[in-house]
Amino acid sequence: MPLDLIASAFGPVQQEYLLEARQMQAMSFVAHIPLVCFGVAFPALVVFAEWRHHRTGDPVYRTLARRWSKIMLALFAVGVVSGTILSFELGLLWPGFMATFGDVFGLGFTLEGFSFFIEAIFIAIYVYGWDRLPPRTHLLTGIPVIVSGITGSFFVIAVNAWMNNPSGFRMENGEAVDVDPWGALFGNSYLAHEMVHMYVAAYIVAGFLLGSIYGWQWLKGNRSRYVRTALTISLTAAAIAAPVQLIVGDWAARTVAKEQPIKLASFEDLQETTKGAPFDIPPGIEIPDMLSLLAFHDPNATVIGLDSVPPDDRPPVGIVRASFLTMVAIGSLLAALAAVFLYVRVRKRRLPESRWFWRAAIAAGPLSVVALIAGWVTTEVGRQPWVVYGVMRTEDAVTGAGGIPIGYATLAIVYAGVLAAVIWILRRLAARPLEEDAATTTGGSGHG
Amino acid sequence: MAEIPIVLILVGLAAYTVLGGADFGAGLWELTARGERGSALRDHTHRSMAPVWEANHVWLIFVLVMAWTCYPEAFGSIASTLTIPLFVAGVGIILRGAAYALRAGTTTPREEGAISLLFALSSILTPFALGLVVGGIASGRVPVGNAQGDEITSWWNGTSLLIGVLAVATAAYLAAVYLAADARRIGSDDVAEAFRTRALVAGLVAGALAAAGPFILSSDAPDIYDGLTSGAGLVALLASGVAGVAALALVVTRRYGAARLVAAAAVAAIVAGWGLAQRPEILPGLTIDEAAASDTTITAVLIGFAVGLLILAPSLAYLFRLLLTGRFDPATAPQPGPAPADAAAAAADPTAHSSLRTTLITGAVTALGAGITFVSNGPLRSIGVALMLGGAFACFLAVASLDEADPPAVPFPTPER
Repeated sequence: MPLDLIASAFGPVQQEYLLEARQMQAMSFVAHIPLVCFGVAFPALVVFAEWRHHRTGDPVYRTLARRWSKIMLALFAVGVVSGTILSFELGLLWPGFMATFGDVFGLGFTLEGFSFFIEAIFIAIYVYGWDRLPPRTHLLTGIPVIVSGITGSFFVIAVNAWMNNPSGFRMENGEAVDVDPWGALFGNSYLAHEMVHMYVAAYIVAGFLLGSIYGWQWLKGNRSRYVRTALTISLTAAAIAAPVQLIVGDWAARTVAKEQPIKLASFEDLQETTKGAPFDIPPGIEIPDMLSLLAFHDPNATVIGLDSVPPDDRPPVGIVRASFLTMVAIGSLLAALAAVFLYVRVRKRRLPESRWFWRAAIAAGPLSVVALIAGWVTTEVGRQPWVVYGVMRTEDAVTGAGGIPIGYATLAIVYAGVLAAVIWILRRLAARPLEEDAATTTGGSGHG
Repeated sequence: MAEIPIVLILVGLAAYTVLGGADFGAGLWELTARGERGSALRDHTHRSMAPVWEANHVWLIFVLVMAWTCYPEAFGSIASTLTIPLFVAGVGIILRGAAYALRAGTTTPREEGAISLLFALSSILTPFALGLVVGGIASGRVPVGNAQGDEITSWWNGTSLLIGVLAVATAAYLAAVYLAADARRIGSDDVAEAFRTRALVAGLVAGALAAAGPFILSSDAPDIYDGLTSGAGLVALLASGVAGVAALALVVTRRYGAARLVAAAAVAAIVAGWGLAQRPEILPGLTIDEAAASDTTITAVLIGFAVGLLILAPSLAYLFRLLLTGRFDPATAPQPGPAPADAAAAAADPTAHSSLRTTLITGAVTALGAGITFVSNGPLRSIGVALMLGGAFACFLAVASLDEADPPAVPFPTPER
C-alpha cells in the first residue's frame, strides 16, 4: 500500500461526539494526575522518614515509613490502572493523532515504560522487603522508586511539551516526515518549565493532602508524636514547594507568552493586541499594565490579542480563563499558608497551634488538587482547538468509531466506584492499630 | 530494521501472556476457592502474586507503546476498529486493579468474598477481551484506516472467540503450575496438590482448545491457517504442541519448576508462529515494511530500549530472585544487619538533627535561585532553577530534621488511638 494512501486513510472523519471524547479523556486525566503526584512525591517522603529512623533510632519514623509505604503501594496500584487506561484511550479516542504522530513522540512513552517498570519492581521490593532485607539495603531500594517516579513523569511531560510546542518533523501530504524523535522530545523549550512545574506541584498536592488528613486528627485532639511527625514531614515538603511554585509559574507564563500567545491571551480574555495590557481580577478590578508586566516583565510590552487569529483557532476562552485564575488564586493562598507554617516551624521549633491555621491546612489538601486540575485545564484546554499545536486539529485526531457516549458513561461509573473504593481502603488502612507497624519483628507484613 | 520492533512486540506479548497470564489465572482460581475452606488457597495466591503484580502488567504497556511508536498507522487502525474489546479489556483492568488494592482493607469474610468475586470475574474478562483483539488482527478483519472495520464482527468471530477462550484457559493453567510450585517451596503440600489438580484440568482444556484451533482457523482465517501449516509456521506450531504436552507430563510427575519453563516455551512458540504465519503483512494490504516508522524513529526506540534494558534486566532479576528464593515468604526470619542507632545514643548525638544555621543557609540559597530564575532568561535561568530546586531540597531536609522544641508529651504509640 503506497504511503499517501495510508495517510489518507486517516483523514478527517465525522464524529458527532468530539466534545464527549475530549471530556472522557479529561476525566481520565483528572483521575490519574493526583495519583501521579503521589507516585512522584510520596516515595521521597517515605524514604526520608526511614532515613530519619536510621539516623535517630526513633521508632516513630519507622512506624510512619512502614504505614506510609503501604498507602504508597495501594495508590501506586490504582495509578497503574488509571495510567493503563490513558494509554488505551490514546488509541481508542485519538487514532488519527496516534497514526500520524506516534513515530514522533512515541519514544517518550517507550522510555516512560521502562521507568514505570523500574518503579513497579522497586516499590514491590521496598514494601514487601521490610524486615526481610538488611536495613541499609532496604533504605537503598527506595532510591530507585524516587528516581523512576521523576524520570517517568519527565518522559510523559516531554510528550505533552511537544504537543504544545511541536518540532522535530515536517508535514508532507498529511504525513510526518524527517522525524527527529530525540529533538522533538528533548530539544523543546517547553520541557523544562512544564517538568519543574509538575514536579513541584506533586510535592504541594501530596504534602497538603497528607496535611489535611493528619491535620484533621490534630484538630480532633490527637497530638501524638506520630501525628506531629507525619504533619512535620508532609507540611514541610508542601510549604517549601508552594512558594517555589510561584516563581516556576512565572517562568511558565513567560514561556507561554512567547510561544503560545493565543493561549496567554485567553488567560486574560484579551481581545485586541495591546501595548501595556492590563490584568483584570474578578469582579472588575483592573490593574493597568499588569498583564504585560507578568507576561514579559515589562509594563510596556505588547501582548498579542485573540483577534489576531480567526475565531476557529481560539480556545474556549471562558474555561481557560476561569481555570487560570483558579490556579493562580489557590497557588497564592497556599504559598501564604506555607509561609506561616515555615515561620512557626523554624522560629518556634513546633507546629502552629492556631485552630485557624489547621482549618486552613485541612482545606489546603483538596484545594491543591483543584489547583492541579485547573492547571491541567489551563494548559490543555488552552491548547485547543489543536491536538498538536498549530499542526493538527483535535477534530482530525478523533476516532470514527461510534459509541463514545456509552464508553464515557461506563467509564464515569467505574471511576466513581474506584474513587469510593480508594477512600474506603485508605480509611481502613488508617484505622489499623499503629502497633502493627511499630513492631520490628513481625511476620505479618504480608497482608499489607 | 522494520521488523526488529515487531519481534520485540511479540516477545513482550509472550512475556505478558506468561507472566500477566499467570496473574489473571490466579484471579480466576479464586472462583474455585470460595468460603472458609478456600481461604488457604486465596491467601497463598495473594502472597505469591502480590510482589510481582504491578511488574507483570507493565508488559502490556510495553506492547502498546512499541506498537504505536513503530507502527503508528497499524496501531491507529487496530485501536479504532477493535474499540469495543479494547475498551472492555480496559474496564477489566480497572476493576481488577481496584479489587486487588481493596483486598488489603477487607476485614470480614463477606467483604473478602465480594472483592474476591470481582477480582475473579475481571481476571477472566480481561484476557478474554484481549484474546478477541488478537483474533481480530490475526483473522485479517482490521482494514487500514480510522474505524474502517466492522465494529462487531471484527472481534466476534470464530478466530477471536477461539483465542479469547484459549487465553483464559492458558492463564488458568500457567497460574496453577506457578502456584503449585510456590506452595511446595514453602512446604504447603495440601495447597500444592490442590493447584496440581487445577493445573491438570486447565492444561487439558487448553490442550483440547488448541487441538480444535486448526479446524476453526481453516474456515475462518485461511491465511493464518496456511501460514501455520507450512514452513516455519508449522515448525512453531508443532514445537508449541510438543512443549504443551511435555509441560503437562511434568505437572503429572510434580516437576513444577521445569513445567513452568516448558509451558512458557509453548506460549512463546505459538506467539512466534502467529508472527511467522502472518508475515509479511501486519494488516490486510499493509506490510510490516510499509507500516514501520522511519529508521530514525526505530533506531531511537532501539537505543532507548537497549539503555532501558540495561537497567531493567538486573532490577527484574533482583525482584524474581528475592521472590523465588522465598525472601518474601512469611516464614523468613528478619535479616540480621547493623541495627539503626538506638534512640538514647542518637538523642545525645548533636548531628542527628539539623541546625538553625543550616536551615537559614539552605533557605537563602533557594531564595537566591528563585531571584535569578525570576529576573533572567536563557542559560542563566537554568542556573537559577538548579539553585532553587537544589536549595529547596536541602531546605526540606534541614527544616524537617529540626529538633522539636518540647520533649514529647505523649508517649508513643499513643494510648488514645
